[in-house]
Amino acid sequence: MKSCLIVDASKVIRLVARKILEDLEFESEEVADGQSALEACRRRMPSAILLDWNLPVMSGIEFLRALRSLPGGEAPRVLFCTIENDLQHIQDAIKAGADEYIMKPFDSEIIQAKFAQVGLL
Amino acid sequence: MKPDDFAFLSDLVKSRSGLVLTRDKAYLLESRLMPLARKRNMKGVDELVRVLRARRDEGLARDVTEAMTINESFFFRDIEPFDLFRNTVLPIFRKSRADTRSMRIWSAAACCGQEPYTIAMVLKEEAAKLAGWRIEILGTDISGDMVAKARAGVYSQFEVQRGLPITLLVKYFKKQGEMWQIDPSLRAMVQYQEHDLLHDLRPLGRFDVVFCRNVLIYFDPETKTRVLEGIARVMPPDGLLFLGGAETVIGVTDRFKPVPGQRGIFCLNRDPASAAHPESAASGAGAR
Ligand SMILES: C[S@@+](CC[C@H](N)C(=O)[O-])C[C@H]1O[C@@H](n2cnc3c(N)ncnc32)[C@H](O)[C@@H]1O
Repeated sequence: MKSCLIVDASKVIRLVARKILEDLEFESEEVADGQSALEACRRRMPSAILLDWNLPVMSGIEFLRALRSLPGGEAPRVLFCTIENDLQHIQDAIKAGADEYIMKPFDSEIIQAKFAQVGLL
Repeated sequence: MKPDDFAFLSDLVKSRSGLVLTRDKAYLLESRLMPLARKRNMKGVDELVRVLRARRDEGLARDVTEAMTINESFFFRDIEPFDLFRNTVLPIFRKSRADTRSMRIWSAAACCGQEPYTIAMVLKEEAAKLAGWRIEILGTDISGDMVAKARAGVYSQFEVQRGLPITLLVKYFKKQGEMWQIDPSLRAMVQYQEHDLLHDLRPLGRFDVVFCRNVLIYFDPETKTRVLEGIARVMPPDGLLFLGGAETVIGVTDRFKPVPGQRGIFCLNRDPASAAHPESAASGAGAR
């Protein structure tokens, strides 16, 4: 089964995302900050990471840079999912190694379209 | 909605657009016609039907039809057809049109432009191989509102996230407030025109590749046949047709046949009297 790590400080968003991803047959794990996300990835690399930008402890982009330098850290498809919707943020994300970028608010159709985009559906 | 009101509206929409509304679309009729009724200071859909029954109101009848010709689209819809267009169809025409270096492509139900602009983006991405080529893209739709929106090329955040890869958003769109505006170079590649598929298509000219996706599904069998045969008449013998994932030519017309192994692509049947080969018929029927 494909797995997705959901990284978002909001419990509500994590819940909504988990529900959508379960319908798409992803097994999901939730964390609330970048540091915990990194630890989760050290334990086991997920197939996908749904990543918010503004996080306590370690931000989304800091996490992404750290992830990409881990052994095996190139493997997960990383999809940013954030309220930041200006070109600069998007370009920085791509440069840091993000595969896709979702601008909040999102719905199941957007999640599905983006996961298809990165070849996971 | 009263059954005979529904019947009246669905007859009206069908006679004007070929669109078939089944009973389960009654709620859609209500929800789409309510704003229209309000705009005209009517109390509701009941009154709108009463007015339409009482007198010939061309403007209102047209607005009703437009509200119902379901207008939903995404960039790179279904992904695969555009991969096929890029990797299979373009190379074929690059060879067969090497002498004239020109091609015409038609998006026959262009909606708000996502399909023709997707084609334009694919061509841009392939620009290196197409240097010196003149490629025209025409987008047509029955709805004037859709055509106007397509021309403007301005999309909501929601619309640019359905199907458009983020790298292409960054490359070909500019943010304008909360909206995203497509690059002028892409807008310049596409011409738009209001056109009803049920009318004579020949004034539009000839097209090497036709995208007619997710519109036939709304038509009844006779209208499907009529539209496909009309399209066949504006294509050269080696032209190619793309249909939507739920659409086929099988059992609709023998002017086209599926291209084996290329899901969603159809070519002209040179010998329409003999039915399509059984193996290609099977691959077409298996489409999604
Ligand atoms: C569901 S959209 C499909 C858009 C696009 N081709 C796609 O696949 O995403 C259907 C479009 O067909 C248009 N349409 C409906 N009846 C039509 C007709 N008789 N002639 C031309 N366009 C029509 C509608 O206005 C609408 O924009």
